[in-house]
Amino acid sequence: MEVLYEEEYRAIQEVVERLCRDANSKAVLLIDKNGQEIASSGEIENIDTTSLSSLTAGNVAATGGIARLLAEKEFTGQFHEGEHTNVHISIVAQRVILLVLFDQRTSLGLVRLRVKKASKDIQDVLDSMANKSEQAKPSIFEEITDEDIDNLFNDD
Amino acid sequence: MSFINYSSREINCKIVYYGPGLCGKTTNLQYIYQKTSPDARGKMVSLATETERTLFFDFLPLSMGEVHGFKARFHLYTVPGQVFYDASRKLILKGVDGVVFVADSQVERMEANMESLDNLRENLEEQGYDLDQLPYVVQYNKQDLPNAAPMDELSKLLNLTAVPEFSAVATTGDGVFGTLKAVAKLVMMDLRKRK
Ligand SMILES: Nc1nc2c(ncn2[C@@H]2O[C@H](COP(=O)(O)OP(=O)(O)OP(=O)(O)O)[C@@H](O)[C@H]2O)c(=O)[nH]1
Ligand SMILES: [Mg+2]
Repeated sequence: MEVLYEEEYRAIQEVVERLCRDANSKAVLLIDKNGQEIASSGEIENIDTTSLSSLTAGNVAATGGIARLLAEKEFTGQFHEGEHTNVHISIVAQRVILLVLFDQRTSLGLVRLRVKKASKDIQDVLDSMANKSEQAKPSIFEEITDEDIDNLFNDD
Repeated sequence: MSFINYSSREINCKIVYYGPGLCGKTTNLQYIYQKTSPDARGKMVSLATETERTLFFDFLPLSMGEVHGFKARFHLYTVPGQVFYDASRKLILKGVDGVVFVADSQVERMEANMESLDNLRENLEEQGYDLDQLPYVVQYNKQDLPNAAPMDELSKLLNLTAVPEFSAVATTGDGVFGTLKAVAKLVMMDLRKRK
């Protein structure tokens, strides 16, 4: 079970926003390796970020599978060039995926540079998260009864 | 792996539909998609061949109500059933919280069902999961066909551990939501146990 608390979420969101700004990119998404969106920033109103997260994770999983077949260490990143939008995908701390969408307003070089810095910052937050979850934390599951769970699915 | 976000107040869980080729996994998701109101579901993503066989996975995000102010969201995935897509199946099982095994009830598919079930167990074990410890239900699909084996016979062969089981006709939707709700409920119970 992976748990993200308010405090870490804010720290991560801040890093993602800064990356989007500093790299002059269109949008940035942070995704867990199972395809769930963790944080996002930029022009995402017209993007289906849920599908994008799942497909990106699938893509990274497939590429990772290829790497293992070739006895390579995990490939560290991917770059796809489109007519209007370019995509930069990288893996942070072997656990989460950083997706940057950008266009001609910036360059691959700048994106790479900013991603490097942001990756380090995200890693720091994840590390402090790992330390914290060792300690006991309040859980919403303590309050959930059988009845609550039944009610979830009794809508029809 | 379930993902609990205290900031957006969401519980996210991953459910995988597994089973032999053409047993009706994709049809299950298509039916759920059609019958769910647009505000409770996202887009359905299907990575399929030109002949509509699943190539990598289908994906359907679904909201199923709230518990204590937390939205319960389920990410439904299907695997490709064809034998030679085993590498892809392993990838999709990563981080799974609950499994639906969809069996093809037709007598001549019994061997394919059993092989697929063995394959599920092996692939889970490879990643450190034990099917007997996971939230898990079985669905006997295609019960409308004349060559469908009866439930008790299917059960004897495919449900040795006596998990919740459902008869289904995915094309008309019979048993589809019953199956989904049962596995979703087991997932929530399991989360609470592990808290
Ligand atoms: N008669 C009948 N046909 C069904 C039923 N469920 C699915 N089918 C049909 O079986 C065929 C295969 O269904 P799919 O849902 O694509 O099968 P799948 O398990 O996703 O197959 P793969 O992607 O190859 O693993 C389709 O033509 C469906 O319409 C059912 O309950 N009864
Ligand atoms: Mg399919």
